[in-house]
Amino acid sequence: MLYREAGDFKTSYASDNQTFPIRGDRMAYWAVLAVAFLVVPFVLGDYWANAVVIPFLIYVIAALGLNLLIGYTGLLSLGTAAFMAVGAYATYKLTTAFPGMNIYLVFLLSGVVTAAVGVLFGLPSLKIKGFYLAVATLAAQFFLIWLFTRVEWFYNHSPTGQIAMPERSMFGITITGAAASSTAVYMTCLIFVVVMAWLARNLTRGTLGRTWMAIRDMDIAAEIIGVNPLIAKLSAFAVSSFFVGVAGALMFGVYLGAAEAGEAFSINKSFLVLFMVIIGGLGSILGSFLGAAFLVVLPVLLKLLLVDGFGWPADLARHLEVMIIGALIIVVLIAEPHGMAALWRTMKEKLRLWPFPH
Amino acid sequence: MSDTVLFALEAALNGLTVGIMYSLVALGFVLIFKASGIFNFAQGVMALFAALTLVGIQTGQVPFSHLINAALGTNIHDFGFTLPAILSIPLTVGVMVLMALLIERLVLKHLVNQEPIILFMATIGLAYFLEGLGDIMWGAEVKPLDVGIPQGMSSTVDEFTYNLFGYGFYIDVLSLWALGIAAVLVTALVVFSQYTKQGRALRAVADDHQAALSVGISLRFIWVLTWSIAGIVALVAGIMWGSKSGVQFSLSLIALKALPVLILGGFTSIPGAIVGGLLIGVGEKLFDFFMQPIIGGATENWFAYMLALVFLLFRPQGLFGEKIIERV
Repeated sequence: MLYREAGDFKTSYASDNQTFPIRGDRMAYWAVLAVAFLVVPFVLGDYWANAVVIPFLIYVIAALGLNLLIGYTGLLSLGTAAFMAVGAYATYKLTTAFPGMNIYLVFLLSGVVTAAVGVLFGLPSLKIKGFYLAVATLAAQFFLIWLFTRVEWFYNHSPTGQIAMPERSMFGITITGAAASSTAVYMTCLIFVVVMAWLARNLTRGTLGRTWMAIRDMDIAAEIIGVNPLIAKLSAFAVSSFFVGVAGALMFGVYLGAAEAGEAFSINKSFLVLFMVIIGGLGSILGSFLGAAFLVVLPVLLKLLLVDGFGWPADLARHLEVMIIGALIIVVLIAEPHGMAALWRTMKEKLRLWPFPH
Repeated sequence: MSDTVLFALEAALNGLTVGIMYSLVALGFVLIFKASGIFNFAQGVMALFAALTLVGIQTGQVPFSHLINAALGTNIHDFGFTLPAILSIPLTVGVMVLMALLIERLVLKHLVNQEPIILFMATIGLAYFLEGLGDIMWGAEVKPLDVGIPQGMSSTVDEFTYNLFGYGFYIDVLSLWALGIAAVLVTALVVFSQYTKQGRALRAVADDHQAALSVGISLRFIWVLTWSIAGIVALVAGIMWGSKSGVQFSLSLIALKALPVLILGGFTSIPGAIVGGLLIGVGEKLFDFFMQPIIGGATENWFAYMLALVFLLFRPQGLFGEKIIERV
């Protein structure tokens, strides 16, 4: 009965145009934020933080970035993990070169560096599209990973070839390194997720997002009505890579702590993020959250159920997980091409009419 | 001749033999792309799956034995007999045909008229599914595969080149076999598509789906047919790779190289797949040979993709592909 727009009168253009026009949505939004900021940090255990919540938050940023590219602009990329690696290595180089730099600034600058690299590899998108572009982004995946494992400058000539995050703190709270508490890490990731989701949501509502969607729906027609494909496509690559780069920076900086490009950012990670976007919902901000949550939680649940519950060997559970994910992708594409977000949308429609059928 | 030239020549020859493997995988891609407009990402995993199945049947493994053991607490592994290659290969072909049938029934039928990119992503899902299925069915460990193809260095080539240049080339006998088998396979495919009724139907579908439908060709049958053929081609590729370095997961990653091969050769051209595969094979070996002192090794990982990237910028349809014309 609460969830409907009737009686929720708008008296200004600003309130008419707001992101959540229905009061129920707005309340849910603030409630989720309040829980995330005020409740979760105090009840979160180390195991759940490291196994589920922190990876979820980081993958949300990556999925948001990829969704901007695939879901909103219609450009398929299979090089997400490589761009995450760019963010990670940029963080490493920046923190070691400028030890005094604010760590949040480092993460943002890593995103900017990744955006530049993304634009470079996005150049072919001006001429090609579809799976041709997918192959072009595969080039980014393999070339960048090779670069990071071969050129010693990137890992400061460390003998193991690994990069390790030095300890950094802000306002006296340790944020990176082994000494960082999971609460500090959680808050860092959460702040980035909230800001970047807000950014993504508003970008897609504005002029830039509309030009992207015009390109996605029909690039030739978009060009004819005056959308500049050069600016639209390259800006999509830049913004998307920025998001993915920040995700990679966080993944390395606060979550993994140490990484090796070939292992932590292999092509499987690219596919994982792609699957999050597909399962969650192409062209949906909420979908990125749902998809990331689903694919982060699924392996943990399977492991709890099969390995700890039934005592199955761990590799069997992993193979089963791969199989289930593959099957899910196909099922989602057949049954609901717009993913979990579309299910939520249908549910909302029903909810608005409840308890009446029409 | 100077040593460098000889070494480069040897590297190029080895590249040629690797290239044949790429060609074989790319061939499967092209067949499916021509017939159904689907870019089948799962082709590499199909090769892995086929090879796994072949090894499993040959050694008489019980399918899903790990799963059954884990679920029921039993301890079964194999039936206790081995099958000769002559029997197990047709059986594997049967499995691949069955798989083609199932893919058509369960996946493709429901995705008719979707955008190509959706179909592409569905095949990525298929690749994951098959990868998991193969591991669960037959176990994930590296398996040796032996169907009776001789292995090791070819002494004939070694002697011949030694007499000619005073330096014996190292060429795998297996690679020579792969060359022969690839030639037979391509000839068979050409004969099939040119001189049989089904082959003609296949070409009709490739040319124009709707026109083919209107003259009474069953699209669904043709799809099952092409996926079966692609499965058989995958089996051949799987046998070749598997005999060389064992059946293991990396096989499906190597098969990813077939993507740049396609870009180079063109998505719709069978000769393009062959030539593209050979070009990439030779190119990456030579590039690695000459660039190793300058930028370090392992450039094979990315050379093919970068070459494809450059190609895409200047000739997106590839060497032999049809020109991409966009109509509104």
